[in-house]
Amino acid sequence: MILWDKVAELAGNHTLQTVAMGSAALGIVSGVLGAFAVLRKQSLLGDAMSHAALPGIALIFLLTGSKAPLMLVLGAALSGWLGILLIMLIVNTTRIKSDSALGIIMSVFFGTGLVLLTFIQKRPDASQAGLDRFLFGQAAALLRSDVVTIAALGGVALAMVSILWKEFKLLSFDRDFGATLGYPMAFLDVLLTSFVVLAVVLGLQTVGVVLMSALIVAPAAAARQWTDRLGTMVLLSGLIGAVSGTTGAVISSAADRLPTGPMVVLMASLIVAVSLLMAPRRGLVWAWLRHRANNQRLCLETVLEDLCELAQQHTDPGHGHSEKMLKAISPGAGDIGRSLRELEERGWVKQTSPGHWAITEAGLREIPEIQTRYFGRDREATA
Amino acid sequence: MATQPALQVEDLTVAYLDKPVLWDVDLTIPPGALAAIVGPNGAGKTTLLKSVLGLLKPAAGQVLINGRPYDEQRRVVGYVPQRGSVDWDFPTTVLDVVLMGRYGRLGWFRRPGRTDRQIAMEMLGKVGMEKFARRQISQLSGGQQQRVFLARALAQEAEVYFMDEPFQGVDATTERAIIEIMKQLRAEGKTVVAVHHDLQTVPEYFDFVALLNVRMVAAGPVSEVFTHANLRAAYGGRMPFLSELAPESTGVIPQ
Repeated sequence: MILWDKVAELAGNHTLQTVAMGSAALGIVSGVLGAFAVLRKQSLLGDAMSHAALPGIALIFLLTGSKAPLMLVLGAALSGWLGILLIMLIVNTTRIKSDSALGIIMSVFFGTGLVLLTFIQKRPDASQAGLDRFLFGQAAALLRSDVVTIAALGGVALAMVSILWKEFKLLSFDRDFGATLGYPMAFLDVLLTSFVVLAVVLGLQTVGVVLMSALIVAPAAAARQWTDRLGTMVLLSGLIGAVSGTTGAVISSAADRLPTGPMVVLMASLIVAVSLLMAPRRGLVWAWLRHRANNQRLCLETVLEDLCELAQQHTDPGHGHSEKMLKAISPGAGDIGRSLRELEERGWVKQTSPGHWAITEAGLREIPEIQTRYFGRDREATA
Repeated sequence: MATQPALQVEDLTVAYLDKPVLWDVDLTIPPGALAAIVGPNGAGKTTLLKSVLGLLKPAAGQVLINGRPYDEQRRVVGYVPQRGSVDWDFPTTVLDVVLMGRYGRLGWFRRPGRTDRQIAMEMLGKVGMEKFARRQISQLSGGQQQRVFLARALAQEAEVYFMDEPFQGVDATTERAIIEIMKQLRAEGKTVVAVHHDLQTVPEYFDFVALLNVRMVAAGPVSEVFTHANLRAAYGGRMPFLSELAPESTGVIPQ
């Protein structure tokens, strides 16, 4: 009951309400746009963007002395965009590949940002207080005005995604085909990438430059596990973003001075891990269970077929054959003894004397079906 | 009134950095042709197709479709890209991919409606894939993927179709389905231009051929152009199976 009181107390807490609303809005926006980034294989671009945004934040503060969220977001966006442009420039004009270009730009910008931040903090006056929260994020510092900024700008991005749904789908799936239809794919590309930049910079104060990309990539990666439809994936990704954002932010705010970024990442990673393991069809657990069931069936059928063949080679079909012999015929068929017991339960084989086995009439009737199944599958595989 | 050629390429030159990929290529394909673009690896076949479709910017030259610049003729052009050019694990269905063929006619913002869905299903039927409409695209075999791309191009309801290696790595059933549809398109008076790599099937499948090796070696009706001399000019000495294709004496490969 103490826990319940704690929850009730937190729910009535205005600061916490602000934090929850802000991080939920942020989670939805970054989850939805992250889905497109992941599908377009631009997951790392989000990481480069967020790191590249740091010097922009510091420079805007140095130049204007302002800590107004809108100003800082503007600086972050400009510097993030500059980073992306430089990456494209490097890839297009030099022999350096995109992964190296990402690494170079990310570290150069982030390093510059850290230098500027340190310089700002060494200044005698106290006006810089709080800028360092852009590193790892501090959701507890969210104000109503920040929430309004996130909701308004994020809302614009989401509205554009729903209006340009068909165009963005085309861009993500088959860009060249879209271009032959007459759509300006380069423009759509810039637009969608800009929205991802927007989602990243909106989250910098809350989640921080170091870990913001997790809120772009993780919800999308988790959502992809559960569905094969783009619409469902995007909605689910937004939902997962909201859940991981909110829980992470609330936990970090409730605990004393726990940075938000790492908490959000932990929450998102938890959801990703569960999705990777448990999601039907794509999940690892199901794949493993399917694989094991398949394997067991194959072992059973191999033993049965071997016994059938042996029976055909003997004048007396009821003649028993030793387990050792079966093992020698098909050494890869796993635990022969277990397979034999399972087959005996089904009435397909019988034990003639201890350790010696023969196929039954019922077992022989199964053989044609097994063989057609294999031939059938072979045909499908070559088709 | 004289009929305009379906495709007219003049002085087309394309270069990657300083290396020419296509050099001063001229090509005129009459309407109603089933045309193959053949040539050795690196001859610029796909580059030619992509330049015609405006996906690559040529260094020089112009392209006319039905006698008009391509930008004004997008509505009448259908495109089947190479199957490997997209990620088949993309979360979408077969029907959804075919519906993309309707996007050009729909224009900005508008979503596909019931008519578009009917047309898409009809085209899936033509390629024998209507049962797969709701299927996630990653569950398709290579041949089925190719047929889905073909259905998408058919849904464009175009007049001139460009296909990039439509027979690449497909099963026999799909190859027959594709060639049936190509012949059906020709019967409807439409034009098909396909990048093709299997010389053996050129006389059987196509009636027009363009032999390309950076420059246009020869182009025209298969019966006139698909000769030993031209093939040797296009492929150089790299044609060990040339003698199997045609008796040396006639020069023309029998159809």
